[in-house]
Amino acid sequence: MSKYIEQNLDRDGVDRRGFLKCMAWAGTGTLCLLQGGVLKSFALADVLQQKVEHLTGDLSFVQISDSHIGFNKAANPDVTATLREAIAKVNALATRPSFVLHTGDLTQLSKAEEFDTLSESLKALKTDRIFYVPGEHDVLNDNGEMFHQRFGQDTQGDGWYSFDAQGAHFIGLVNVFNLKAGGLGSLGNEQLEWLKKDVAKLKSSTPIVVFAHIPLWAIYPQWGWGTDDSEQALSYLKRFGSVTVLNGHIHQTMQKIEGNIAFHTACSTAFPQPQPGHAESPGPMKVPADKLRGLLGITEVNLIRGKHTLAVVDSTLQD
Amino acid sequence: MQDWKLKQRRTIRIIGTAAAVLSLILASGRLGPRTVAAGQDPSSTNVVAIDNFTFTPTELAIPAGTQVTWINKDDVPHTVVSVDHKFKSRALDTDEKFSFVFQTPGKYQYFCSVHPMMIGMIIVK
Repeated sequence: MSKYIEQNLDRDGVDRRGFLKCMAWAGTGTLCLLQGGVLKSFALADVLQQKVEHLTGDLSFVQISDSHIGFNKAANPDVTATLREAIAKVNALATRPSFVLHTGDLTQLSKAEEFDTLSESLKALKTDRIFYVPGEHDVLNDNGEMFHQRFGQDTQGDGWYSFDAQGAHFIGLVNVFNLKAGGLGSLGNEQLEWLKKDVAKLKSSTPIVVFAHIPLWAIYPQWGWGTDDSEQALSYLKRFGSVTVLNGHIHQTMQKIEGNIAFHTACSTAFPQPQPGHAESPGPMKVPADKLRGLLGITEVNLIRGKHTLAVVDSTLQD
Repeated sequence: MQDWKLKQRRTIRIIGTAAAVLSLILASGRLGPRTVAAGQDPSSTNVVAIDNFTFTPTELAIPAGTQVTWINKDDVPHTVVSVDHKFKSRALDTDEKFSFVFQTPGKYQYFCSVHPMMIGMIIVK
């Protein structure tokens, strides 16, 4: 089977076979190599056996998401334990990550003690820095005040910001405030204006990495899995050769390539959620105890400079 | 009427609120608006269950002066927020409740500000 796109009927850079092949590995160890907008997918087993070359990049970082500290229901009565396992997994990676992105839902109920436990646990991460964006669970009763005091220093507006690392430009967006009845995630005009200015000065060859909690692509609007004004945000990024969008919120891995933009969602470290439309609601999915760790995980990302390439590797707590 | 009320109280005491909510849902059906006639004891029918990311009943008609109570039966927190800023709950964890007394006739649309695709309506006559 070819590892390259064979049919591109929707002109979105993804063929059905490649997509399904990639999806088939979701949750079991996936690597999708994005090279000039072309999707190449490999089994993690091949990577580990070094059958795939050129995977070590100039910059390595990790995404973790949806820790939901404080959740204690049947789907996972001990989310702090699985977070610690995820941290151990990060610390065991062959390449030490320069930094870690946490894409939101640190806590279940925005409680001070939940934030405390999260922060204490993450101290064990072997990395230089942790960057955060809030999920809707982190801003429940105080309009995000507690989150911002702890994790949102040096940010703009409701907590958005950008930074540069190894020639790549990273943008943390916030789409969990001011949600409208019947609507989806929301960025808002102030943030969109900021984004437009933030990227205006960059060369089109600059690799862009956007991270936010709720997906910036319409995965399943019926369950709120999308962002109302994401199209406008993405329109500011169309001129860039390499754009990678990392999200959480849906507690499962999914990926899609649209033109120059690669979308990817990460597993939760706490509990899985059902596939879109495969349950009555997107609530926590109860699975047998021995299956849980196969559905939780971390995401490692490698940037390979000069190749416009980001290698995204998902691995579960069981791998 | 009196016997029924006593029986209901005992049911609540013995089986708990969850069973009462469930029986209300089963009795009324999940679809369409429910109406509480003026003069009728509203205490048994002014509960909105939050279950499977849905307000049930989605639309509830009540006489003015009635208290409505929302109960979250999900494993995730939800809120009850008026679109017109007339009422707003804190985040309700599993089995937590929020009540509001509707004094003025009108249509009150509300939603969950955490999961905004969840919407509901209270019609006060």
